[in-house]
Amino acid sequence: MSGLSHTARRRLRSTPLYVTLWLVGVLMVTPILYALVSGFKSTDQLSQNPFGLPSPWNVSNYTDILADSAFWRMLGSSTLIAVGTTVLTVGTAALAAFGLARFAFKGREVMFTLFTVGLMFPFAVAILPLFVLLRTFGLLDNPWGVILPQAAFGLPMTIVILRGFFREIPGELEEAATLDGCSPLGFFWRILLPMARPALGTVSVLAIVASWNNFLLPLLVFSEPTWWTIPVGVQQFQGQYSSDTARIFAYLVLSMAPALAFYAVAERQLIGGITMGATKG
Amino acid sequence: MTSTQIKEARPAPAKEQADPPANRRPLALRVRDWLTAFSFTVPALVLFALFVLTPILYALYVSFFNWGGFGAPSDFAGGDNYSRLLDDPVFLGDLWRGLLLVLLSVGLQLPFALAMAVLLNQKVRGRAVYRMLFFAPYVLSEVITGVLFAMIFAPDEGLADRVLGAVGLDHVGGLWFADQDWVLPTLFLVMMWKYFGFHMMLYLAGLQGIPAELHEAARIDGANAWQRFRAITLPLLGPTIRISVFLSVIGAIQLFDLVWVTTQGGPDHHSETMAVTLFQFGFKRYQIGYASAISIAMFLISLVFALAYQRFVLRRDTEGALTTMRGNR
Repeated sequence: MSGLSHTARRRLRSTPLYVTLWLVGVLMVTPILYALVSGFKSTDQLSQNPFGLPSPWNVSNYTDILADSAFWRMLGSSTLIAVGTTVLTVGTAALAAFGLARFAFKGREVMFTLFTVGLMFPFAVAILPLFVLLRTFGLLDNPWGVILPQAAFGLPMTIVILRGFFREIPGELEEAATLDGCSPLGFFWRILLPMARPALGTVSVLAIVASWNNFLLPLLVFSEPTWWTIPVGVQQFQGQYSSDTARIFAYLVLSMAPALAFYAVAERQLIGGITMGATKG
Repeated sequence: MTSTQIKEARPAPAKEQADPPANRRPLALRVRDWLTAFSFTVPALVLFALFVLTPILYALYVSFFNWGGFGAPSDFAGGDNYSRLLDDPVFLGDLWRGLLLVLLSVGLQLPFALAMAVLLNQKVRGRAVYRMLFFAPYVLSEVITGVLFAMIFAPDEGLADRVLGAVGLDHVGGLWFADQDWVLPTLFLVMMWKYFGFHMMLYLAGLQGIPAELHEAARIDGANAWQRFRAITLPLLGPTIRISVFLSVIGAIQLFDLVWVTTQGGPDHHSETMAVTLFQFGFKRYQIGYASAISIAMFLISLVFALAYQRFVLRRDTEGALTTMRGNR
């Protein structure tokens, strides 16, 4: 108790804590920062001066990519597919979760178990026959060929989360609505969904991120560049410019920017979603 | 009409199966109510049946044929594809490598994530920033992550080897993804970079649920930080840890994107996973029957693991920790 003051002792004791956090932080941020800075170099510059700041700063890597319509088309199709997947997943899952949460009917448990078993299906398990199926339906090189399966595979998690949420809404509310002449669908649409807005936000964010990052399915479905999504584009770009390292770094940075921006905006929903998904799913 | 609707519209109590009073109502009414409830699930059910269940059943069917992918499968092979699986050193290697990744994850990644969660659960300056930073890689796709690290771990030219060279540790660096012995540890490092923040977030959520009074009381009783961690934090975090182990295993079983963009399973299969082998046979070598047998094997491994894990490990966790349904435990 003697010698150092209370605050000084506390500060001394917490030094290793701060050093650890800072070190881990550096390890986490370095790859991204390195990519960002390297994108401003030419590839020659990068190999001669890997650590220093670019001199001169070379913006052409970034501007070339941004001036290329292929990049924007990719961003567009990623967005379209993510939105389509999310609307379809959340829409159908909300209806199903409503049915499974608010009614007692024969076969309900079986049906819910069926959906929860789906939680454990790795996407890759179904990819081969899925491809054959999509080919049969003529859905190759068609955004629906990605949207429909993605929505289907997103259902289990979404249903589990939404069902848990719907069950917590008191039954009195529904009785009152029914007495006032509300049909089940009316109750669902006018009362339950508005109340469930936070949960809907959460599952939507999860669906968007899953779709945005999906690689295997768009890789197989889109043989033509027309509908390539960002992950497919990144892989192709890497193959095409494999020797132009600085340019790939710039491409990576521009490709990760939308996801990071989205994360900055939707951090709360995303983190709420993964913890809810893990504890309820 | 109104009276039956009220009855039917009441929220279903968690543990009650189809309600007994319903049986006393006329059949027509019961059928109608059943249809109302069922109709809500129809769109999801159709989607799920068409794009999840059908493909898996179809894979099961195809796995009994030798099939190149065009026309109808006709060359019936019985269980040949499955017996070939058990003799295939690549597939057996996939299992071994998957196990290794799980062990590394449980032994290194999860403890590390837990340590970071405990650190960030205290009043630390910049806590929100660290949390956000550690979790950020989770939102990046595995493809972007993979390409980024393929360049960082590029032999000689990449950042990793240059940093090691600059501090005089040239002999430590090396070929990374291009070396048979290094490829799996390198892959694991990348996975850890990307995913430890995810597990950390789960643990942080779990830690919030531990009442501060417990720690306070133990502190007053003279327990030091480690003792408090062992006696309070760890046991109370048990359910969260068990879930995070579960997710690690499922993640290892389906690992594909990261491997595909960094190594395509090489060098010489040393980083190959089941999903990569499946892809190689299915989409590169057009042995659809054999590839289907691999996907069924993956499915069975996931299923058996999930059921066993729920039966033996998650069983003791409180109701609601995994799902609220009994049918699934």
